[in-house]
Amino acid sequence: MALRQCAIYGKGGIGKSTTTQNLVAALAELGKKVMIVGCDPKADSTRLILHSKAQNTIMEMAAEAGTVEDLELEDVLKTGYGDIKCVESGGPEPGVGCAGRGVITAINFLEEEGAYEEDLDFVFYDVLGDVVCGGFAMPIRENKAQEIYIVCSGEMMAMYAANNIGKGIVKYAHSGGVRLAGLICNSRNTAREDELIMELARQMGTHMIHFVPRDNVVQRAEIRRMTVIEYDPTAKQADEYRTLAKKIVDNTNFVIPTPITMDALEDLLMDFGLMDEEDESVVGKTAAELAAEAATA
Amino acid sequence: MSTMTTEQTEALIQEVLEVYPEKAKKDRAKHLAANDPTLEQSNKCITSNKKSLPGVMTIRGCAYAGSKGVVWGPIKDMIHISHGPVGCGQYSRAGRRNYYVGTTGVNTFGTMNFTSDFQEKDIVFGGDKKLDKLISEIDTLFPLNKGISVQSECPIGLIGDDIEAVSKRKSKEIDKPVVPVRCEGFRGVSQSLGHHIANDTIRDWVLPTRDNDNSFQTTPYDVSIIGDYNIGGDAWSSRILLEEMGLRVVSQWSGDGTLSEMELTPKVKLNLLHCYRSMNYISRHMEEKYGIPWVEYNFFGPTKIAESLRKIASYFDDSIKEGAERVIAKYNAEMEPIIAKFRPRLEGKRVMLYVGGLRPRHTIGAYEDLGMEVVGAGYEFGHNDDYDRTIKEMGNATLLYDDVTGYEFEEFVKAVKPDLIGSGIKEKYIFQKMGIPFRQMHSWDYSGPYHGYDGFAIFARDMDMTLNNPCWGKLIAPWKATGSEAAAKAA
Repeated sequence: MALRQCAIYGKGGIGKSTTTQNLVAALAELGKKVMIVGCDPKADSTRLILHSKAQNTIMEMAAEAGTVEDLELEDVLKTGYGDIKCVESGGPEPGVGCAGRGVITAINFLEEEGAYEEDLDFVFYDVLGDVVCGGFAMPIRENKAQEIYIVCSGEMMAMYAANNIGKGIVKYAHSGGVRLAGLICNSRNTAREDELIMELARQMGTHMIHFVPRDNVVQRAEIRRMTVIEYDPTAKQADEYRTLAKKIVDNTNFVIPTPITMDALEDLLMDFGLMDEEDESVVGKTAAELAAEAATA
Repeated sequence: MSTMTTEQTEALIQEVLEVYPEKAKKDRAKHLAANDPTLEQSNKCITSNKKSLPGVMTIRGCAYAGSKGVVWGPIKDMIHISHGPVGCGQYSRAGRRNYYVGTTGVNTFGTMNFTSDFQEKDIVFGGDKKLDKLISEIDTLFPLNKGISVQSECPIGLIGDDIEAVSKRKSKEIDKPVVPVRCEGFRGVSQSLGHHIANDTIRDWVLPTRDNDNSFQTTPYDVSIIGDYNIGGDAWSSRILLEEMGLRVVSQWSGDGTLSEMELTPKVKLNLLHCYRSMNYISRHMEEKYGIPWVEYNFFGPTKIAESLRKIASYFDDSIKEGAERVIAKYNAEMEPIIAKFRPRLEGKRVMLYVGGLRPRHTIGAYEDLGMEVVGAGYEFGHNDDYDRTIKEMGNATLLYDDVTGYEFEEFVKAVKPDLIGSGIKEKYIFQKMGIPFRQMHSWDYSGPYHGYDGFAIFARDMDMTLNNPCWGKLIAPWKATGSEAAAKAA
């Protein structure tokens, strides 16, 4: 089987890292050889696989060694649950330096060191919340990830972010082979969430590949720095991730997305009652002003 | 010698513009003009200080070049850190032949390269810690440095390093000025913004340090040389004239200059401004804050020198005015044999100039003293106040070209057929290969000084040896020469 490179994007805090690690654990269970590349200065993309707080990152070790050329692949590549290979790009503390450059440097290092030449079935890039600069688009540039999965939920900002990421994919889809492979709905238990995301997916030209329900076993596993698959293989939630994994293995629905306009997105939210019809008369009015108006009416 | 009419010059400009696409043509047309000396303001005929078009082979530099290379670099007793990757510092090392007196590596540092040599990790994790360490190391290794400036290269602005905080902290620690300069190369359209940024940092970080300190013994004759970078010794051959006429030169900005000279400048009576483009900002500031008047002067060629000495003297009492006359009389006597020797060899020769922000107008008088005529002039990074000052110096219908492109310059030269071109290293070999005598007018072609009377003697000699060099008669191989050329050679 040829190597498939996938990147997971989505709004910050939506559960990208948790979903990715559970999904990857399920893939490993299926006998797939997988590598996770964490592309986030926080470096928390591999902790559930390695049972560690945070793995030594490429950039951290490069800074210690002097330059990234002084590093060896085995220094940075760790193996965890299900023989999953783990690597973190790492980066600076918030507010200093250039995290995007860190991602670029780290991925170039992995390529040059032949990290992808091993007998792998899947590489998953777990990328920081928003594509804020060129560095965080690195995984979707030419010859990197070909399949993009966007984790979202039925909340307005999560859908807004998903749509924006779609725009980023369009930009690179024409120069390289990157395609949108589907939306993963990580449920927040909002009303009609599955229908809403299916409709958003339809409008963006893709599909909702799986609806992952909310379950506290995920948090219980996380406290133990484990995936659900490993912590409680019999849990119902573990089956959900297994289903997601199977769907991704069989997925052939790869598209250049058709991101929708702000107006269309707002219409969609209104249809599902997540947003009220815009009332021009209240724009720019403070609570006090509105209260005064209500009193005189 | 053929002089072009306004119509001919304008037709030439149109012809040269013809090859450009519509949008580029429209833009470049604004930067090219036939001179009209009767205009008061140049903005009626020419646009300047605008972004260069992609693909046109502009000759401009960047803000870092303007700050580190021009304004700050020559301050000899400070260490100027090229903060960022190694190239910017290394390729600008030793500056622009800004001569200085001192022991390099001990109490002066002009030709050395200090850089933070950024690596990937410095970009990713930020370079503030490295800068902190670098400043400590510099102060340990070179304890006689009087201060440090941090010249930002592009990445500093991109990754948002807080060089101001580091500078303030280290300044306290080493008890010397540490000046952060935000001269990232991508800022502005040319090196000109770098001059302005550098001037502003001197205003904010250097000049106020002696505001409440009156210990400096002043005289009524204190002046400062502003905007002379001492290229090939220019400031030295200027300074002696001012001293001979009775003035006391307190500071030189910035050629062979020191930090303490800069700090003392607010105590002088008059600021003498040579390079208006790069240092008008600080001169205006000192006028506003300290009430120090400033006067532009021109020390190229005896005519302009005499004019300038009299103009400077007019700010002082009779003793200085007499001193100026004495100096002019003494040196004019020295200049006469020089002009008598070289003028007949150069008379009627036509010159095209394309230099930075001052020389295209300031050297016109020196050429005229040798009987030569400047028929085309342009600035790399001049503003319209530079062209205001230029149009009066140039003849009617002569060519003006702002931020000229490689193509335009070549085409103009082919049509105008000047006897000499004065420009920079990047232009030199193109025109020499076209068979046209060429002088570098940024570096004086490693000669100089050209300022002052002593400088004019060298200037005249250099122009003669370039223009009348026998090599120009050898451009055609003997076996390809026609009858008349062969005959000329035989004769």
